Amino acid sequence: MSPEMNKVSKKSDFPGSLLRNQLFIPFAALFILLVFNLIADPSFFKITMSQSNAGNAVLLGPIITILDNGSELAILAIGMTLVTAATGGQDISVGAAIAIAGSTLLRVLCGTNTRPDTLRTTVFAAFLISVLVAMAFGAFNGMLVAIFKIQPMVATLILYTAGRSIAAWINNNELPIISTQASPTFAYYGGYIPGIPIPTPFFIAAACVVVILLVLKFTNLGLYTQAVGINESSSRLNGLNPVFIKWLTFVILGVCVAVAALIKVSRLSSINYSVIAKDIEMDAILAVALGGNALSGGKFNMVASIIGAYVIQMLTTTLYKFQVPSDALPAYKAVVVILLVVFSAPAVREKLERMDIGRSKKTGGVRA
Amino acid sequence: MGKKLKNMTDSNLLLLITIVIFFLMYVGAVVFQGKGFLKAQTFFNILNENAALIILACGMSLVMITGGIDISVGGVTALVTMCCAVYLDRHDGNVGFSIVIALLIGLAFGIVQGYLVAYLDIQPFIVSLAGMFFARGMTTIVNTNPFNVENAEFVALKATRVVVPFMGTINKKGKYVDAYVEIGVIVALIMVILLFCFLRWTSLGRSFYAVGGNKQSALMLGINVKKTKFLSHLICSILAGIGGYVYFLHVGSGAATNAQGAEMNAIASSIIGGTMLTGGVGNIIGTLFGVLSLATIKNIVASAGLDQAWWTGITIAAMLCIFLVIQSVVMARKKK
Repeated sequence: MSPEMNKVSKKSDFPGSLLRNQLFIPFAALFILLVFNLIADPSFFKITMSQSNAGNAVLLGPIITILDNGSELAILAIGMTLVTAATGGQDISVGAAIAIAGSTLLRVLCGTNTRPDTLRTTVFAAFLISVLVAMAFGAFNGMLVAIFKIQPMVATLILYTAGRSIAAWINNNELPIISTQASPTFAYYGGYIPGIPIPTPFFIAAACVVVILLVLKFTNLGLYTQAVGINESSSRLNGLNPVFIKWLTFVILGVCVAVAALIKVSRLSSINYSVIAKDIEMDAILAVALGGNALSGGKFNMVASIIGAYVIQMLTTTLYKFQVPSDALPAYKAVVVILLVVFSAPAVREKLERMDIGRSKKTGGVRA
Repeated sequence: MGKKLKNMTDSNLLLLITIVIFFLMYVGAVVFQGKGFLKAQTFFNILNENAALIILACGMSLVMITGGIDISVGGVTALVTMCCAVYLDRHDGNVGFSIVIALLIGLAFGIVQGYLVAYLDIQPFIVSLAGMFFARGMTTIVNTNPFNVENAEFVALKATRVVVPFMGTINKKGKYVDAYVEIGVIVALIMVILLFCFLRWTSLGRSFYAVGGNKQSALMLGINVKKTKFLSHLICSILAGIGGYVYFLHVGSGAATNAQGAEMNAIASSIIGGTMLTGGVGNIIGTLFGVLSLATIKNIVASAGLDQAWWTGITIAAMLCIFLVIQSVVMARKKK
């Protein structure tokens, strides 16, 4: 994504160029967490083979947990990166949208019967419908942002408030449960496929990542979103349609939300409207920020965001390992966010670079 | 000068829409929901329930007028209730100092958030999002389980009622029942009047509008833009501290789930009250009516039998959506 940036940074000397590489931030965070865990408790890296409840041989261990639970976050980070790049804002309704998509999925599968013996349609058909619903809500957000020019975070605040209520309303506030008798395969999406020791969500996330990387490579999506994010009016003068592109990024995020919802719902074989994907919007934004992407839009690096997502999950797992209660987690993450945004703030960067004596003249022009 | 005049008409137009909608809604409620809404006490109960929200929304309007936003106010409210509850109950503290605690919490949040937004130029949404999560997380760290405060001094203060003269009703037994409001309402109304005067008649208050309307020209007028932004966040957070204490006085308990979604209601009230998200336009009186409209809608939804929790969320979101679109249309018209 940044051959130009690399060219520029190669001119300066070694530590500076490393520091300025976008992948530096997520990898540095990853490294710090790894070293911290290695010192605090080496059992963090232990991976064991054991029998699951269903009788399959599966891999277990904190690292596997991170790869497993980080999947939804990685999938969301894809869409969130695009939205951030194009609009310079973030979608804070993804958690609520996951509740809606998950609720739709269950509604289609179970009908009005909350304990069905057989599913009414195939999981794939239900998934397609939930994708459509999630895309429709994404399109709604996109419409508010692109056409009515409302700040993304405020526009998505609407769905953030109403989302979980809508999700409860779709299923009439019932909590359908899909038993293994009704569908033995439904739990595979969030668990294990017999015979494969690696959790399925990881494969789903990997597939999503491959798809988006191919799309970015073979289409102009990446170029156009960045162009719109950097300067909307000049992108319009160059023949792009900024309104459509902004709208499109929200629709793509809608697809990501539906995939994440499938995994989330499959994990429980049920849903809890007020808890499902709670606070995930914070993690998704954090993943984008940790990937070194400017939250004010413009250039982005998809790989960095995805690595950022797994680093966030590692932070969560590490905190859990040290017995931090789940309700207190946001406080720690908030501190991380603040530190990140402070260090990436232009005002602070300028000061840091001024402290780099002698180098300031060379890099001043690049940064500005 | 012409631009200023145009802005003022916008402001007045949005304010007018809000007030008209509020009265229409209230009249509609009286007509369709029976005479309950005709009693003065019903209206005072709406005030009692929403005193804290009025204070939070006023702070929110202030920040929004300068073009920022602060979604940490709900979290700060929860943190204030929990800290004060723990101090009063577990440490046998006195009420006076608990108010100081509330103010200090607001002050701390205000200084940090204001500094990050104004002097480091970080997006206010990100800063206050982190602030919100920090406050909610800290609330659980201070104390996990919700509990009621039984401190005698505090309970006495909580039970204090202010009688409103001549507004009482005669009950079925023919006895005169006084109409009352809680102390929080008095505090809220004082805040509304103070802020209204501040925004309208002080030069600092006028500079809030200037900064929100156009940063560049505000700078050229010699206004210290950074300081103004800093002050707006500072005042908003202090008001969140005060609002937190008023909320605490109303519910009388400390809980991490207190004031859930209050930031959202505060933003919605401000927007409904005619404050523009883009900054530069807004009116505290409008915000007051915004809160009242929101509360009336909630009451109508509840008394219409649609008391399932989700209807409240959906109606508020729908109302917010409509008002946002109205604003967007007004803005688009102005540009032409």
